[in-house]
Amino acid sequence: MDWFDSWALTLATFLPVVGIVVLAFVPRAQESLIKTVTLVTTLATAAVGVGILANFDYGSKGALQFDPGPKTWIDAINSQYHVGIDGISLPLLVLSMFISILCVVYSWDHFPEPHNPKAFLMLLLVLEVGMNGTFVAQDLILFFVFFELVLLPMYFMIGVWGGPNRQYASIKFFLFTLFGSALMILGFLALFFNAGNTFDIPTLVEQAGNIPHNTQLWIFGGLFMGFAIKVPMFPFHTWLPDAHTEAPTVGSVVLAAVLLKLGTYGFIRIAIPILPEAAITWAPIIGGLAVVGIIYGALGCLAQKDMKRLIAFSSVAHMGFVMLGIATLTDFGINAAVFGMVAHGLITGMLFFVAGSIQERFGTRELARLGGLLVQAPKLGWILGFCAMASLGLPGLAGFWGEFPAILSAYQPAPGLSEPLFRFYMVVAAVGTVFAAGYLLWMYQRTAFGTPKEEFAKEHIHDVHGPEWLAWSPMLALIFVLGVYPRLLFGVTDEAVQTVTAAFRAVGGP
Amino acid sequence: MLRNAFLIPLLPVVSFALILFFGKRLPGKGHEIGILFVGGAFVLSSICAVQWISRPADYTVPAAGHAEESAAAAEGDHAEESAAAAEGDHAEESAAAAEGDHAEEPTAVSEDHAEESATAGAVSEGEEPTEGEHEVEPIRRPVDRQVTWFESGGVEIKAGTHMDGLSVMLVFVVTLISLLVHVFSTNYMHDDRRYTHFFAALSLFTAGMLVMVTSSNTLQLLFGWEMMGLCSFMLIGHWWEEKNNSDAALKAFFTTRTGDIGLLVGISILFFAAGQTFDIATINDQALSGAIGHAALLAAAAALLCAVIGKSAQFPLHTWLPDAMAGPTPVSALIHAATMVVAGVYLIARLYGVFWQAFDIGGGGINPVALVGGITILIAAALAFVQSDIKKVLAYSTVSQLGYMVMALGVGAWTAGIFHLFTHAFFKGLLFLGAGSVSHSVHSFDMKKDMGGLKNTMPITYRTFLVGSVALAGVPPLAGFWSKDEILVGASGNGYPLFLVIGLIGAFMTACYMTRCVYLTFFGEFRGHGHPHESPKAITGPLVILAGFSVFAGFLNAPGIELFSKWTENTTVIAAGVAHHEFSIPLAFVGTLMGVLGIAAGWAYYARNLGPHRLTQRSRPALAGYRFLENKYFLDRLYTDMVVGGIKGPVARATYWINQNVIDGVLNGTAAVSRAVANFTYDVVDQKLVDGAVNGAGVGAEEGGSVLRVLQTGRVQQYAAFLFGAVVLMGGALVLFA
Amino acid sequence: MYLNQFLLLAAFLFCVGVYGVLARKNGVLVLMSVELILNAVNVNLVAFGAFHNTVVGQVFALFVIAIAAAEVGVGLAIVLLIYRNKQSIDLSEVDLMKG
Repeated sequence: MDWFDSWALTLATFLPVVGIVVLAFVPRAQESLIKTVTLVTTLATAAVGVGILANFDYGSKGALQFDPGPKTWIDAINSQYHVGIDGISLPLLVLSMFISILCVVYSWDHFPEPHNPKAFLMLLLVLEVGMNGTFVAQDLILFFVFFELVLLPMYFMIGVWGGPNRQYASIKFFLFTLFGSALMILGFLALFFNAGNTFDIPTLVEQAGNIPHNTQLWIFGGLFMGFAIKVPMFPFHTWLPDAHTEAPTVGSVVLAAVLLKLGTYGFIRIAIPILPEAAITWAPIIGGLAVVGIIYGALGCLAQKDMKRLIAFSSVAHMGFVMLGIATLTDFGINAAVFGMVAHGLITGMLFFVAGSIQERFGTRELARLGGLLVQAPKLGWILGFCAMASLGLPGLAGFWGEFPAILSAYQPAPGLSEPLFRFYMVVAAVGTVFAAGYLLWMYQRTAFGTPKEEFAKEHIHDVHGPEWLAWSPMLALIFVLGVYPRLLFGVTDEAVQTVTAAFRAVGGP
Repeated sequence: MLRNAFLIPLLPVVSFALILFFGKRLPGKGHEIGILFVGGAFVLSSICAVQWISRPADYTVPAAGHAEESAAAAEGDHAEESAAAAEGDHAEESAAAAEGDHAEEPTAVSEDHAEESATAGAVSEGEEPTEGEHEVEPIRRPVDRQVTWFESGGVEIKAGTHMDGLSVMLVFVVTLISLLVHVFSTNYMHDDRRYTHFFAALSLFTAGMLVMVTSSNTLQLLFGWEMMGLCSFMLIGHWWEEKNNSDAALKAFFTTRTGDIGLLVGISILFFAAGQTFDIATINDQALSGAIGHAALLAAAAALLCAVIGKSAQFPLHTWLPDAMAGPTPVSALIHAATMVVAGVYLIARLYGVFWQAFDIGGGGINPVALVGGITILIAAALAFVQSDIKKVLAYSTVSQLGYMVMALGVGAWTAGIFHLFTHAFFKGLLFLGAGSVSHSVHSFDMKKDMGGLKNTMPITYRTFLVGSVALAGVPPLAGFWSKDEILVGASGNGYPLFLVIGLIGAFMTACYMTRCVYLTFFGEFRGHGHPHESPKAITGPLVILAGFSVFAGFLNAPGIELFSKWTENTTVIAAGVAHHEFSIPLAFVGTLMGVLGIAAGWAYYARNLGPHRLTQRSRPALAGYRFLENKYFLDRLYTDMVVGGIKGPVARATYWINQNVIDGVLNGTAAVSRAVANFTYDVVDQKLVDGAVNGAGVGAEEGGSVLRVLQTGRVQQYAAFLFGAVVLMGGALVLFA
Repeated sequence: MYLNQFLLLAAFLFCVGVYGVLARKNGVLVLMSVELILNAVNVNLVAFGAFHNTVVGQVFALFVIAIAAAEVGVGLAIVLLIYRNKQSIDLSEVDLMKG
């Protein structure tokens, strides 16, 4: 339906605002009502998402769809309200909606202290607006608005409901990311002035090839800073462990599952299509930092004593694979990157959920004090094991398709890139898979195997219950289904990715 | 059935799911499902075997040199032939469907794009090689079936089955041994704390091996490979409450995963080198015809060899296998004797074109594959002598025999290597199950402390174990002799004299340590506690069956019969030009002699106490050597303590230190500097300078006022005085200047 | 008659008067010194009038006498009030306007 085509994406982005407004009027004490309103809002947004999935023209996945054309927004700076999705943003948009629902479900009985469901859920809805908006925005300023919008709720989530070191963590997260965004907006402005006074992304993709090469390099540098800090790439990653460790469970899940993807999405949507020549020059650096991140993140994991911090460092390692895939500027690589984004979102989201549940039951996340989870809470132990296997890239589960194609693509990067260098990266990344197995299984051995430590041996640790099953089963199922039938994602992303990489077949030359 | 071979791995997968969700509620706690489905898979495998054997051998493969011309010729033929194939298929298929899949179709069928699975180009039947180098016998065409799995970058990646002699042989062996192990476990694992999970994991493992063996492309092979790794992890660490079990499981996983770096890299290289395809047949084809550059081929083969070293426990990544004995004995029998560890051997055999071309295996002399295999044979055999745990002896024996298989492939004796895989599965499985039977009785694995003199109390176990040991030692006419002999023949015939010698020495050592093992376990006085008795039928039954195979399986490839060769040799092997050699009676005699000498030496030393006993007490070098062996060449120290311990200890901590103090240090330092600058700006610049200026103005005014206030005395006369003074001055000025 | 003699006389009287205004503590004496100054000015005026053969000088002097008288009246009244408030007519004590 035409109406839906024009309004779907706007609805998807702004429907949570309706929820926020309604919540503002609900008294703080009426918790069930608050939770129900939030759940209904996220479900409604997801219903729009399902509608988008259904009405998506799978025949032309490379093209922007649901795009009602740019609408006037801020005339003074020629910034328009332009939304649209293609095969790359569709899975990410759906992921964002999906995670939001699951977070609300999980939170049903699990609100962190100080207990304030109303504020907490309102912030969650603001997050959803920001996340959805980033994935559908097709105008740089619009993108920037949503990109920054997610910072505030996250800051509050960490700062108010977080762990002991939350002040430091929340400020660090906010300022560091903002610093990158400041450089990013400079890049946007440079694009505006150098490529025809427009912020419209599709237009820029066509026109920006005309910018002189040196300018392109600098602009890409600015964009790189903004996105790389968000990914996070080594060496700009240090905000992540603190933010993840101190954030409440739901905060960590949203951060890992979706917020990190904003950075990589920015590369794929903005930096690379608009500035392909600069991308070729920057790609070896990005690739190098990516593989350093893989190994470095893994080593950092091995040194951790806190389970959540370990999982946080593993995010650095996983995003390393994603960035390596992007750096190769090939179809396989970027397909792997998008798949890796979705897979990482599901898997690491699950790991954080489990870590949060473990903390809730045992009151600690220290690996030295945990043990014998499989004895006391076998189902939780199995889920942890399943997620650990998925995280280390076992074939048959979603994580594999994020890692292996990235390694594969590094063997033959885009024309114009140095083959020996990328093949070296390939080997390093393959070594990284061993490290991944190392830290994950070692963590699993310390947490789940063995017998419970004396401290907790007598305690009754209750196993997975209702809201947890409800929140987790879709993710677990999806991790498995995507693992054995990757066509679900590759089928959607492939054409859109080919559009992105078409520029490299042209630029690099035969 | 060959076309529906995907059912064979599918059944155990279904079994896994069913057992996991419903197993606990069943009276047999899930083993019914396991036995039913694996048994079903065995039946299907047997049907496949029968069908394969009865396929007409009507396809003649040209040798590698002719591949290109034939390829060119085939291009022209292709269009017609695919059309012919398509038409021919249709008519036959309906007939075939009715009759139930006979090997009538002379052309193989694939689902998409009418791709001919017959590779190496030439398709016309009965084409004779123009040079009569060696006779090329016609073989059976493999049966392929593929579906599109996914697309990426415009390339279609397929999944499917490729059934030829090698895969048929392996599915038969795997399902048979798995079934026997299932039956064995119903008694052995009775009352286990996780009985149901055990059977679930067994099913999943079987599925993984079957997936790998039937796969038509390297990606699917990788899937099966890793699935097996997962199940091996789950099964070795089955009793994970005890730390050394979970340690062993982790060790196995890490060591194989280290080798898997090579697998990932090798598959990636081959994908691109062979023109963006994972299809094994195509890859072999391209490799043999010279379409792949030598550098890429060498890199890929070296990488894949790493994977083989890890998974098949070759030197230097063999250390995980003995530790893996921490798992239940049925697991050892299935996974670490007959199936998973041979995955590496299978990889080489399957991708033989790549290895053959990359390492010039036809050339003789020395090459990495044979070298790895050869070294492994010797060092593992040496280690078997110093073990007191029966399972560890068998574990090292397995490592050694895997060395034989790898060496066989390395010296160009492809059929011999595969045949040895085949026979080894039976007698090694038998030996492990026999060890299990013994331990079931004496509740221990320690030969020196708890066994001895069991030959009378456990007759069936003793006899079957003896059969297995003799087969392993390579004494004719048991199975081990035929396969080992073929390896030696191949080594000598293909120009690998060094490895012939290694093989013979290995044979001697094998016979010797097995004699030691048999003696310590079954002869002499019983040194343990309690009253050992024979095991029940569920345990001895499989032993007897396997013993039968150990005796008779060898004849399949005995000279004159050579059915095994005919059934398994495939396109790649023939296209590569793998040579056949005649059975050599002198060599067979020498080989047997080695085995017999080994038994005699072992018996003399251990049973009759002849020879240089107490050497380690008298001679320092001997003691040092013994200690070196006892400590497994200190490799475990190197790997576990230095490499792994180093990485997860100091290196990881150093990295984290850098993270917190250097990177975060920069960050926090920047923040601190910013704060300091801010404070400075506020305290000094703002408060003192700017405000100072503002305040200073006020103060200046005040001070000026204070100074001027002095003039304000309040006394009129003073004022008047000033007045007059000023007037005088002005008047003076007026007078002077006006 | 030379003008200078009268001017000198007036200057002398003026200086004495200035000295008295500036340096004497007694208020009445200060007033008397002011009279002296005014009278010196009168002498000056008359002398110049005579010198220029005009009657303006004398007229001006009459004005000054009249104003002086009025001024002395006011001045004495102020001194009287000072005395009433401070029991003394020592001008160095009158420093209420000190800054």
